[in-house]
Amino acid sequence: MTTHPATGEALHTVSVVVNGGLRTAQVPARRLLSDFLRHDLGLTGTHVGCEHGVCGACTVLVDGAPMRSCLMFAVSAEGHEITTVEGLAARSGAAEGDLGPVQQAFIDSHGLQCGFCTPGFLTTVTAYLESNPDPTPDEAREAISGNLCRCTGYQNIVTAVCRAAELIEERGI
Amino acid sequence: MTTKLFGAPITRREDPRLVSGNGKYLDDLGAGALAAAFVRSPYAHARIVDIDVSGALDVEGVVAIYTHEDLDGAVADRLPLLIPHPALTAPMVAYPLAPTHVKHVGEPVVMVVAADRYVAEDACGRIRVDYEQLPPVVGVEAARAATHLVHEEAPGNVAAHLVQEVGDARAAVAAAPHRLELDLFIDRSASMPMEGKGVLAQWNADDQMMRIYSSTQTATGVRASVAAKLGLPLAKVECIAPDIGGGFGAKIMHPWAEEVLVPWAARRLNRDVKWVEDRREHFISSTHERSQVQHVEVGFDDDGRVLGLDVTFWHDNGAYTPYGIIVPIITSTQLLGPYKPGAYRVEFFSLYTTTVIVTPYRGAGRPQGVYAMERTMDAIADYLGKDRADVRSANFILPEEMPYDHGLLFQDGRPYKYDSGDFPGSLAKLKALVGWDEWADYRAAAEAEGRRVGLGIGCYVEGTGVGPYEGGHVQVETSGRVNVATGLTTQGQGHQTAFAQIVADELGVPIDDVYVTTGDTRKMAYAVGTFASRAAVVSGNAVALAARAVRAKALRLAANALEVDEADLEIVDGIVRVVGSPESAIPLGTLSVLSNPLRYAFDEAAKAATQFAGAADFSKPPVADDEEPGLEGRDFFSPTQSTFANGMHAAIVETDPVTAEITILRYCVIHDCGNLINPMIVEGQVHGGVGQGVGGALYERMVYDDAGQLLNASFMDFLMPYASEVPHVETDHLMTPSPLNPLGVKGAGEAGCIPVTAVIASAIEDAEGFPIRSMPISPVELWELRRRHAAGELPSLRRHTAATS
Repeated sequence: MTTHPATGEALHTVSVVVNGGLRTAQVPARRLLSDFLRHDLGLTGTHVGCEHGVCGACTVLVDGAPMRSCLMFAVSAEGHEITTVEGLAARSGAAEGDLGPVQQAFIDSHGLQCGFCTPGFLTTVTAYLESNPDPTPDEAREAISGNLCRCTGYQNIVTAVCRAAELIEERGI
Repeated sequence: MTTKLFGAPITRREDPRLVSGNGKYLDDLGAGALAAAFVRSPYAHARIVDIDVSGALDVEGVVAIYTHEDLDGAVADRLPLLIPHPALTAPMVAYPLAPTHVKHVGEPVVMVVAADRYVAEDACGRIRVDYEQLPPVVGVEAARAATHLVHEEAPGNVAAHLVQEVGDARAAVAAAPHRLELDLFIDRSASMPMEGKGVLAQWNADDQMMRIYSSTQTATGVRASVAAKLGLPLAKVECIAPDIGGGFGAKIMHPWAEEVLVPWAARRLNRDVKWVEDRREHFISSTHERSQVQHVEVGFDDDGRVLGLDVTFWHDNGAYTPYGIIVPIITSTQLLGPYKPGAYRVEFFSLYTTTVIVTPYRGAGRPQGVYAMERTMDAIADYLGKDRADVRSANFILPEEMPYDHGLLFQDGRPYKYDSGDFPGSLAKLKALVGWDEWADYRAAAEAEGRRVGLGIGCYVEGTGVGPYEGGHVQVETSGRVNVATGLTTQGQGHQTAFAQIVADELGVPIDDVYVTTGDTRKMAYAVGTFASRAAVVSGNAVALAARAVRAKALRLAANALEVDEADLEIVDGIVRVVGSPESAIPLGTLSVLSNPLRYAFDEAAKAATQFAGAADFSKPPVADDEEPGLEGRDFFSPTQSTFANGMHAAIVETDPVTAEITILRYCVIHDCGNLINPMIVEGQVHGGVGQGVGGALYERMVYDDAGQLLNASFMDFLMPYASEVPHVETDHLMTPSPLNPLGVKGAGEAGCIPVTAVIASAIEDAEGFPIRSMPISPVELWELRRRHAAGELPSLRRHTAATS
């Protein structure tokens, strides 16, 4: 077994499909999935707000389901398929360089301010709309009530969820 | 014709980057940097007996371990007292690493630098610090009792004592037809941005140059303070605030111990070093706000007009006072809101406790002041049996009385003088929005269904756009690209959009050509920071003035090139043209070429400006004596005083008769911040403020035990509201322009949160029929108040007694 050159920790090989591509890295067993994505794969769009699974900023899609990447070890993701915020546009079928409908809806509705919590909302809302394509505002509010945002008071995020549903419908996704 | 952008709700230019994961926040930078972690005090008050780091030295991957004894130069001294004040007679500021004593749980004692954060924390866990525990001082009452002192240098635990008085308030109260006294309490909350603090330092040994990235609200402040601490020339230090995941005041405090220690270690180790605050660290070692005990004595006439107002409050400033007494000064002045008492006296004591320091959090002392004033207004109305809105009206400063000088000194040391505002107009809009005059019917209908509802109101005035100044730099490149720089920082307010709107309008260019940089000392070395709802006012006007300078130069150059009078020119879509004959035109990019006479042609555009390119007037130098090369301009805006925004909120709450659960059914906001640059962004600021206000009113508090341990230092236990807790917010705007700046704008950043605690207290009181004097309030606390009320320990409101008798 190989060890980390600087810290001497035993390393484990992890192979994960991230945003459609196979990524392999050697990580210590205790490496969090969030740190693995951010610091080993350089996908810094996934943010860490609390590291205890409450804020939801680090939410990624694991086999399509929203998961807190700060509550998973990287080694636990072995063999799974992960979508981060960087992969949302492609996942939605948007053309190269375009944004996905949920991303566009957040812009249209001013659903973000500092943007730090936003990736967690985008992944959460993406998964939600796949199973609930036409939410009422109350349902939209319920859908995002597991993620913390300190800037927006959530008003425009609720609007953005409904707007995203419209865009998905329009685009026929 | 270019569409006017000022005032348009355009979507934000920063968003495509932020929604696609391409934001660059502090921890997204500096791949490969060493990681710092800290051993922090587990005790609220203790003497450090011994530090044994030997167990950590052989942890593989550890690079360095530092205690106070390792620090040198000014880094070994106390951190700076940022805002001295004559009334701050016992200022106390911490050391970067505690040398002998710790004064709150979370105070840094040892710094570890290692290959990564995991290993750095492993090492922290192996460092043994022996402490001799000393008596903690927790809460305002313990601080006032002064049985134990936080600092020997601060007798009675008093950091500061300040009295301001206009007229003889005590005599006015004594002589008034009616008098009331109120004792009030408001508890601690905190800014709690989703991204904690963080700093990355890169020492370039070849250039002897320090680059600091910090998640700060003041890049220039961090730069100057770190240069001073490290003994580096200012020219050898640069600071960049990258994308910032919220600030709300916590990041205007500077330099944090870590902002000094990380660059110090980076230079010493000649390695990049990064520290990223984790959530627990943010709870126990950054900053809190809000806790005050207040005593109000008020005298008033039969109409509810306040003849004398005498307020004393005790402000918990935590363990140190690096940010001076800005928060209690703001409370003591902004308490007055839209009202004009006959005489006013305010006295405060700022007290040390062995808890996390207290520095401005969105609202910065205003929520407490508004709470005191609005509780008083409700009490007066109830005492007289009058409508609560009518009592407020009776006390309003009227539009024709503007500007209105209260005769006090504000937080900037300048007169507390309102510039404009239409308070009766705001109240009329609020009453219409919430249905004030139909309230009796609403309540009756609810009561018929067995439901208990209440209506609350709160009014405030917010001093915004505080000086001393900000700068703007605008430069047109030969491509026509317009670079705009201002020095203050951005934490989500959309400055890249709002400032671009201003410049695009002033200069006459498409907004897509405008690129705004904030918080980068390389681009604008003179700046103050983002706080006090000041960015739109101070930087907004600065970039407008700079753009006007560029416009003037462009017109000068174009008039010369086109051989026409400047007065005949206009700029449309980035092209200067003769009014009425648009074929006679020259693009700004070409003017940029002409403005910079060159010797060397490095591209096609530059070729036109080279020395053999065309005819020249040999009697004149290539650059005129009173000109500079380049199509660019710089200007500063330095306001004479703050500009005062205002607002009024109303809420309808329902309280469960059995469980005492509190639900906000409606929340209505009237907001007046003068001219709106981007209404969509302003609306978003108001929404966010209300969300934080709801947290402060009903859910958030710092729960310290008697030993000074913060019991709820995580997002599991500190109840920040989710979408499920924040009601739908209904808004309406007034626009009373400020006469104090060219754009007529006032600040909007803090407004939304300011009156919420007062409004919710007012609504719950109205629902329950007994006074609410302590906030925030939980269902458990409300249930306990009901029990005490039923037992006769709490009086009923008079209007409820009358209604039920």
